[in-house]
Amino acid sequence: MYRLTTRTRAGTATAIAVLVLVIAGMALPAFASRGVIQDLFFILTMLTLAQIWNLLAGYGGLVSVGQQAFVGIGAYAMFAGVILLGWNPVWAIPLGGLAALLLAIPTAYFAFRLQGAYFAIGTWVIAEVTRLLVAQWKTLGGGTGTSLPREATSNILGTDLIRALFSVREAAARDILAYWLALVLVVAVTGGIYWLLRSRLGLALSAVRDNVEAARSVGVDAGRIKWAVFLIAAAATGLTGALIFMQTARISPDAAFAVTDWTAYVIFIVVIGGIGTIEGPILGVLVFFVLRSALADYGSWYLMTLGLIAIAVMLFAPKGLWGLISARSGLHLFPVRRKLVGLKIEGGI
Amino acid sequence: MILRLENVSKSFGALKVTDAVTVSVPRGEALGIIGPNGAGKSTLFNLITGNVLANEGRIEFLGRDVTRAPAMERVRMGVGRSFQIPQPFEGLTVFENLLTAAAFGRGGREADMVDACARILEETELLKKANVVAGSLSLLDRKRLELARALATGPELLLLDEIAGGLTEGECKALVETIRAIHARGTTIIWIEHVLHALTSVVERLLVLDFGRVIGIGAPDEIMASKEVREIYLGLEV
Repeated sequence: MYRLTTRTRAGTATAIAVLVLVIAGMALPAFASRGVIQDLFFILTMLTLAQIWNLLAGYGGLVSVGQQAFVGIGAYAMFAGVILLGWNPVWAIPLGGLAALLLAIPTAYFAFRLQGAYFAIGTWVIAEVTRLLVAQWKTLGGGTGTSLPREATSNILGTDLIRALFSVREAAARDILAYWLALVLVVAVTGGIYWLLRSRLGLALSAVRDNVEAARSVGVDAGRIKWAVFLIAAAATGLTGALIFMQTARISPDAAFAVTDWTAYVIFIVVIGGIGTIEGPILGVLVFFVLRSALADYGSWYLMTLGLIAIAVMLFAPKGLWGLISARSGLHLFPVRRKLVGLKIEGGI
Repeated sequence: MILRLENVSKSFGALKVTDAVTVSVPRGEALGIIGPNGAGKSTLFNLITGNVLANEGRIEFLGRDVTRAPAMERVRMGVGRSFQIPQPFEGLTVFENLLTAAAFGRGGREADMVDACARILEETELLKKANVVAGSLSLLDRKRLELARALATGPELLLLDEIAGGLTEGECKALVETIRAIHARGTTIIWIEHVLHALTSVVERLLVLDFGRVIGIGAPDEIMASKEVREIYLGLEV
């Protein structure tokens, strides 16, 4: 008599649009210049980080300011795999995810003793400690950093094929490969989060975010949920970090553990786009990219403008740009609501 | 006995909020708890649900020692509760609130819980608002949701904390009818309430708490006739 549905027309349309976009995105290197590919790589990797941070903060209530720890450790683990173990960089990327996962265990152990703002600062401190420790690692360049060796970059898995396919130089082929991997990663991460939110775990996550005490009282294991989300987010962030630094092929502790690049910008993207929605970070990363391109020549004015915009959005549109759009139009491109359908129930939300 | 408390005590610092409470609740009973503000009624609930752990004593549920068991484990065993101040999952819809409680409180797939949730929504008069976000509900509907969500966990023992408080006479009456129907189906109920006529119209026994101690337990008429209880309730509605 009654049934549950999460399906909406907009959701189906989104699924089709995403499929088309992904296929077009895969084919793009045949037409686009190297500059466009590099820009898209930047957008896709920032979007991946933003979706992950949104899962943590927007759905899990875990406002971490220390995600750069996992970007950095993921990137360094990838470099270690290449330089110390002689692995192909592509195969060393999963090593980045694994290293971040391992680092996340002690991080969560300590940081979960803290709440709210203290948790945020705690994660940042742990990231700084990790940066200082990694800077002691002399074989990977210590404080000044290092580059991927020439024989490794010239021999990345699949680049021969790409060179033959698009008749491009080696460096451009590496960019195309990185771009493709970024596309796969962003689809996997966003799709994974979407799936998670529509699963039982998604309900539990929302319940814990809204009211921990009440969540426990209906049988939700709040502690385990927080652990699960934190570990998943760390591993995905580590993979992204490894991929980002495979593309640059150069690493230093300051770059890999940069709080502005890997956390502040990411928070900016999520906040202006709309926290707690999958659509928000997508919109946010586009706005961020446009601002970055437009203001790139203005030095510190660039950062100040970003800050002012973020403050304005927080004050006047706390649910971000997507929040404004969806409140006006009722549109949800990635519907996660479970609707009860049956007699006697009004149209609902 | 579905629930047994033996010499259960709880202190917050120097303050003893639960003082050697011993009580047994037979299966199917409705037990009311009264007492002045600060008597330790809600703490007693928290001790039974596991939201607070006892310093001393022993709590048995369905013959099992649950004194140290965490709240979520007790929910799965069949202890459901409502909160004095409604605590809905505000970002979720009414239906999703129940679905969460059903999927985690009983353990199972969401799809298998849909009919049970719909039935509870119907019984608590929330069916029309199933797809409304809980954060936008009125007080009456929030109270109903507290009850509905507790029911969705499939409780054998239902703990109600001042569910009638703050409601109008008419609203209260409807809610009492719902509770009576739930009780009639065999669910054991322990109910804290200041609205005495609502309470005494359902419960078979009353327990009086003062300064964390049980100062009386028995049939509502006897309890309300006792001098000690009258003194404690002086100034309150008797």
